[in-house]
Amino acid sequence: MANTSQFCTFYLDKLLFGVELKGVQEVIRSLDMTKVPLAPGVVSGLINLRGQIVTAVDLRRRLELEPRTAGMLAMNVVVRSDDGAVSLLVDEIGDVVEVAEDTFEPPPETLRGSVRTIILGVHKLNDRLMHVLDIEKACQMTDVAETAAAGR
Amino acid sequence: MNEGDSEIVKDFLVESYENLDRLDRDLVGLEKNPKDKEALAGVFRTIHTIKGTCGFLGFNKLEKVAHVGENLLTRLRDGQLTLNPERTTALLGMVDAVRQMLKEIQSTGQDGEVDYPDLRERLTRLQTPAAGDAGSAPAAAVLLPPPGPVESKLESRLESKPAEKLETPAPPQEKDSVPAAVEAALPQVVPAAESRKKGDDSKRKPTRGKIGGVLVDSGAVKAEDISLALQEQEKGDARRIGEILVGSGAAKHDDILAAQQVLDAKLRDTPQETIRVGINVLDKLMTLVGELVLARNQLLQISNTVEDASLQAVSQRMNLIATELQGEVMKTRMQPIGNIWGQFPRTVRDVALGCGKEVNIEMEGKETELDKTIIEAIKDPLTHLVRNSVDHGIELPEDRAKAGKDRTGRLILRAFHEGGQVNIEITDDGAGLNVDRIRKKALERAVITSEQAARMSEREIFNLIFLPGFSTAEKVTNVSGRGVGMDVVKTNVEKIGGTVDVQSALGKGTTVRVKIPLTLAIIPALVVTCGGDRYAIPQVSLLELVRLEADEVAKGIELVHGAPVHRLRGRLLPLIYLSRELKLAADVRPAAETDGAVNIVVLQADDRQFGLAVDQINDTEEIVVKPLRKQLKTVKTFAGSSIMGDGKVALILDVLGLAQRASVVSETRDRALTAKATESAAKTDKQTFLLFAGPGDSRMAIPLSALARLEEFPVAQVEMSGSQWVTQYRGQILTLIRLNVVMEERRNRLRALQAPPTADSGPIQVLVLQHEGRSFGLVVDKILDIVEDRADVKSAATRASVLYSVLIGDRVTELLDIPAILRGADLNATQPGLAARSAEVAN
Repeated sequence: MANTSQFCTFYLDKLLFGVELKGVQEVIRSLDMTKVPLAPGVVSGLINLRGQIVTAVDLRRRLELEPRTAGMLAMNVVVRSDDGAVSLLVDEIGDVVEVAEDTFEPPPETLRGSVRTIILGVHKLNDRLMHVLDIEKACQMTDVAETAAAGR
Repeated sequence: MNEGDSEIVKDFLVESYENLDRLDRDLVGLEKNPKDKEALAGVFRTIHTIKGTCGFLGFNKLEKVAHVGENLLTRLRDGQLTLNPERTTALLGMVDAVRQMLKEIQSTGQDGEVDYPDLRERLTRLQTPAAGDAGSAPAAAVLLPPPGPVESKLESRLESKPAEKLETPAPPQEKDSVPAAVEAALPQVVPAAESRKKGDDSKRKPTRGKIGGVLVDSGAVKAEDISLALQEQEKGDARRIGEILVGSGAAKHDDILAAQQVLDAKLRDTPQETIRVGINVLDKLMTLVGELVLARNQLLQISNTVEDASLQAVSQRMNLIATELQGEVMKTRMQPIGNIWGQFPRTVRDVALGCGKEVNIEMEGKETELDKTIIEAIKDPLTHLVRNSVDHGIELPEDRAKAGKDRTGRLILRAFHEGGQVNIEITDDGAGLNVDRIRKKALERAVITSEQAARMSEREIFNLIFLPGFSTAEKVTNVSGRGVGMDVVKTNVEKIGGTVDVQSALGKGTTVRVKIPLTLAIIPALVVTCGGDRYAIPQVSLLELVRLEADEVAKGIELVHGAPVHRLRGRLLPLIYLSRELKLAADVRPAAETDGAVNIVVLQADDRQFGLAVDQINDTEEIVVKPLRKQLKTVKTFAGSSIMGDGKVALILDVLGLAQRASVVSETRDRALTAKATESAAKTDKQTFLLFAGPGDSRMAIPLSALARLEEFPVAQVEMSGSQWVTQYRGQILTLIRLNVVMEERRNRLRALQAPPTADSGPIQVLVLQHEGRSFGLVVDKILDIVEDRADVKSAATRASVLYSVLIGDRVTELLDIPAILRGADLNATQPGLAARSAEVAN
């Protein structure tokens, strides 16, 4: 097998996503969250991660997916970004998978919009596709803040 | 370079930087008072230490520069030369060169390529006595000042009291000789006799001479014996003082040993009173204390709910200890503001010299302490303000003399604590700010519109200098006047939660006041609840809390055209609802609380007060401020976040940001309040009027309070709606009422009314007025001025639409009756719907 890399996978609206394992600090269950009024819509709030205050980004909103149904608890995938730890809110945690680099393919031309900047591409797994997320881009607010605020 | 060496170099750098800062200060001080031997000795000592150490570490270029400086200093110290400005400049130049080389060493490990030949040449040249120096003094000059007052003329002393020169090297004979004796352990203050003999004092062994002091002090040996022993040594006796004393029978061997021990202990102890601790260690400590404070808050909360006496006792103790620990750790980070002020005399001297001014700097409250991070953050803004004051504020000596002031300008730095904040004032007694010039400049730069300029108060205009791209300096100097700076000062100060304000009196001087918080790490805050979440409000912005019970709400909260206000001791306090500002609920009623009461937190933002209505007021608490991540940096309403006792996160409200969001600190409010302040200051019922030219060139006025805006429309924008002039204004149709037409005699009115606007006339001047909630535009011929007057001399109106005639600015002015104008205009309106509606409004 050629070069392989490990991904931490999770589900969002039944889609399989993955972030590079080395960028992941930890995965934790749902935590108490403090809302941040007036913040960009993709920011769900702030959580207390053992004395460290971490911003939680709702990946569903970030990826312009359907909002999570009420009562559905989100899991936190805490990743290390340039600006410290950020928690990505996901539906469900999957396995850690090891994939070969040659199964990677960039996103199709038909994928448009701001989502395209976050999704680096897909790995073709045996039974499904795993979307690879760009951690830095996913944590950045600048490009979506405006649209999210306007959309509200 | 091996590990040990680099450690030494690091220590050398840290120490040298500190010393250099002191050098700047001492040299400038010396220039003022050249006879200050102690300061001179201090300067000498510093340079000498640097020279010695860098010789040892192999920084030859640095050593060379320090060496020539030291030579010059030696002669100054020995009184052969006196310190004049030229020499001070050269010495300061040397300090700069040394600093430059230290930087080089810090970054590269080497002392650089440059060895400053010019500077060295200059320093060497300045060693030649010039006129006015004690040039002919013998080489054998005194080192320590003779007992008794220092005489003004060195020469006279040297000639008339030669005996003293020989006596001075003798060990100190006073009771307070111990410090001197210890000091003598340092190489520089070794008796002059010795230094004279050896020629180069840097090669002396530093351990001699001091034991005598201890011996005299303990009473074991008489001072004379020590002098004798010293003389022995000078004659070439190679033995140590102790040995000589024992040998001559003047002291017992045990005494000498005891003295030696005392001395050793002293030497060991002195440096250990302070130790150097890395800043990162302190930062880490601070973080840990922050965590501890959080844990304590949590513990206290638990112990309050659990009925357990022992737990409560422990948590109380824990509470006390944590508080004390927090205080002590904070102290380690506190630094006196004098640390950054220290460089200002030098700054002032350089700037003043550069622009030919004479400035004295005075400092009050040097010991005022501030958190390290804040000290660092305000260093640059303060430096800029100081330079600015010297460069722009203080006038040239000739101008000052003309204005009847002392030729030497005064620059006063004051620092003091007030209400949990530190105030720093920079006051000069210079020319003051020129309101007209600032206004003119602001108009030129298009920073404000002429309409704004006309309406701004003096204070508002002063504060224009903090806008980007603003400088009133007639000519741009290399220090200031480039228009970068004052805005940076403001931004930097605001970044750490401070404020800047400027006050000035033309011809008298200017004061810039900077208010900054003591610390940023742990702050006392009021915790409130709104929409189920808690928010922390920094205590510094908090003025008071007001609770309106359910039955008082209706009376206590009134509306000013929809804007809620509360009468607080007779003054209207604008109210904002936190839930509404934060968009927590779509429909928020003032009394949404179950009991119907309203809690108002009275806050201060800039110099405005406003009330913040919240659901619930919890408690005050010490909170640990954690900055917000960049994802939330755009939200100006929050200053940070903190972890509460129960482990949940709470947001810290940025009071200024909130006020800005709610437009509490807006232009209109500012203006209105300023006008009010001016009013009350004058202790008269002055009113502000807008003056304009009415029909037939008459002088007319309306109260400024009736005016919403001043506008200018090109005639092309005026449209006809029936016979009514209208224009599109901010997405609405604004009815224009022509004053000329309204005030015209009835017979002419109809004809004038029908006339469409003529294209060739210039733009029309429109006063946008608010009356009974409706806007309309009043077209006038010309806007004259805005004046403040008591307007208390009245006489009855001579024509319709005029309330009465008053004296404004000593001229008869007709005060317009706005409702009457509206009625008059509506009577003639041909559009029935509009007329009816307007008539309704007018009535």
